[in-house]
Amino acid sequence: MTTENGRAPVHRNAYAAPLSRALTYVLLIAIAIVVLIPLYVMIVTAFKSMEEIRTGTLLSLPHALTFEYWSKAWNSACTGLRCEGLKVGFVNSVLITIPSVALAIAAGAVTGYALSFWRVRFANVLFTVLLIGGFFPYQVLIYPLVHITSTIGLFNSLAGVIAVHVVFALPVVTLLFRNYFATIPIDLFKAARVDGAGYWRFFFSILLPMSVPMIAVAGILQVTFIWNDYIVGLVFGGINYAPMTVQLNNIVHSTYGEREYNVEMAATLLTSIIPLLVYFTSGRWFVRGVASGAVKG
Amino acid sequence: MFATSPSNSRLQATLTLVPVAFVVLSVYVGGVLWAAGISFTRSSMLPNYRFAGFTQYINLFSNARWHVSLTNMALFAVIFIPVTLFIGYSLAAMINRGVRGENALRTIYLYPFAMSFIVTGLVWRWLFDPNYGIADVARKLGFENASFDWIVNADTAIFTIIFAAVWHSSGLVMVVLLAGLRGVDDDLWKAIRIEGIPAWKAHLYIIVPSIGASITTALVLMCLTVVRLFDVVVAMTGGGPGIATDVPAKFIIDHMFERQQVGLASAAATTLLLLVLLVSVPLLYLKNRRKGAVE
Repeated sequence: MTTENGRAPVHRNAYAAPLSRALTYVLLIAIAIVVLIPLYVMIVTAFKSMEEIRTGTLLSLPHALTFEYWSKAWNSACTGLRCEGLKVGFVNSVLITIPSVALAIAAGAVTGYALSFWRVRFANVLFTVLLIGGFFPYQVLIYPLVHITSTIGLFNSLAGVIAVHVVFALPVVTLLFRNYFATIPIDLFKAARVDGAGYWRFFFSILLPMSVPMIAVAGILQVTFIWNDYIVGLVFGGINYAPMTVQLNNIVHSTYGEREYNVEMAATLLTSIIPLLVYFTSGRWFVRGVASGAVKG
Repeated sequence: MFATSPSNSRLQATLTLVPVAFVVLSVYVGGVLWAAGISFTRSSMLPNYRFAGFTQYINLFSNARWHVSLTNMALFAVIFIPVTLFIGYSLAAMINRGVRGENALRTIYLYPFAMSFIVTGLVWRWLFDPNYGIADVARKLGFENASFDWIVNADTAIFTIIFAAVWHSSGLVMVVLLAGLRGVDDDLWKAIRIEGIPAWKAHLYIIVPSIGASITTALVLMCLTVVRLFDVVVAMTGGGPGIATDVPAKFIIDHMFERQQVGLASAAATTLLLLVLLVSVPLLYLKNRRKGAVE
């Protein structure tokens, strides 16, 4: 690159030639379009009649704006034997997600606190084991958890699904809070101690108000993960508490006769609406959480 | 004043950790050891404790479906990880040059990650549909003989799943690596510019090694995706055609619940866990060592 004039541009590594800059934009926009195609296809398919789907193409726009297929997906699509649509799963997903996220964050914050400011014996061992546990494949833990939940009578119950979600969320949420608390100056803690703040007083009056951003990050990530979960709902929810993802998969895979692609795509979109809303309204927090590596997959 | 004495507070901290310790011991340690124990028994429908030695493992490794599952996971890892890393890094590097509309682009690239793997699988199943999907678009565009039947072909179906997974995860890798790139010292870029090092060389030999921690994080996340691969397969192909797209996680769940071969499923789960530990412990060690070096 030319450096004769000796004045480097202020902008970060903006040493590229204009041609390569143009190419960058072309590439970035082309990839953005490719990434958006599935969402676009989902939306247009959900408005098309089966006749339109057969004669038109995947990418063509629908002729009319009808919510017929959306309403069928929501109210009357068959998930196995029952034909009550996705609304049942929606209610279940709400009932599962809200308490699971609240409990996971409460447990993670309190645990992260106890691990950060207090020298408890074996705390490091506990944290290490918990972290390694976060890497275990779900499939390894599912059977022991089935055994435990059925022993205490929580198998196939709402409480059982929530308990399993909290157990699975515990490593990552604890890690998130512990790392966040590690950035808080120890002098603040010492000053509060001198002023006579007790164990819980320090947590609730000082630490928690400072942790609002972390609570938002953890909350948004966990809402997305738990709403999108399939395997925990499938195994622990039974028929009565099957979340939306499980019902969606049943709708698509238990169709007899002609498949209704429009209803399938409407159902798929309905299942993604909550996480997409969360994502598009609070993407900044989402990105912050993801960037800090606080994701389990 | 008594309530705030240090020893009292430390006692409270210890008490706070008791429930967590209980969960860790009963699920993450006890549960896993119990499952590993079950893999050495004759358990079929319900767990029992009749010792069977390595019988379940011998059965497992002579099971053709298990071999297909492992091969698919390996194939998946070998393609998914480098491709996603390459796309994610390229996107991050391009965005890091300071482009207009950065927020909009980033939002678009990451949105697939906010959708469930079930949704991802169902959408791509529709896109890969041999009759009405991308193949149909190609035919109507004039390529009349276009037959794009990858998803229903046993030899190629796994690649459609890999494609869907790359779509789902590239944005995630981009965000993680972009955070790393933002931390690269401006002086380093200046030095590269002054030396006149070609861009690809600068990235490969200078920038990538200097964001090692972010790369490791991305690798860990992708490895977890590979091991947990289940939902997207269930939604997209159901493991089919036949058993062509089976993966270890699906093998385990099927044998545990539908086929009621708990012992065999536990042997598979234990094997998978050993594989995970074999990969993740060195990665974690590497990550922590890097962290320690920075601090």
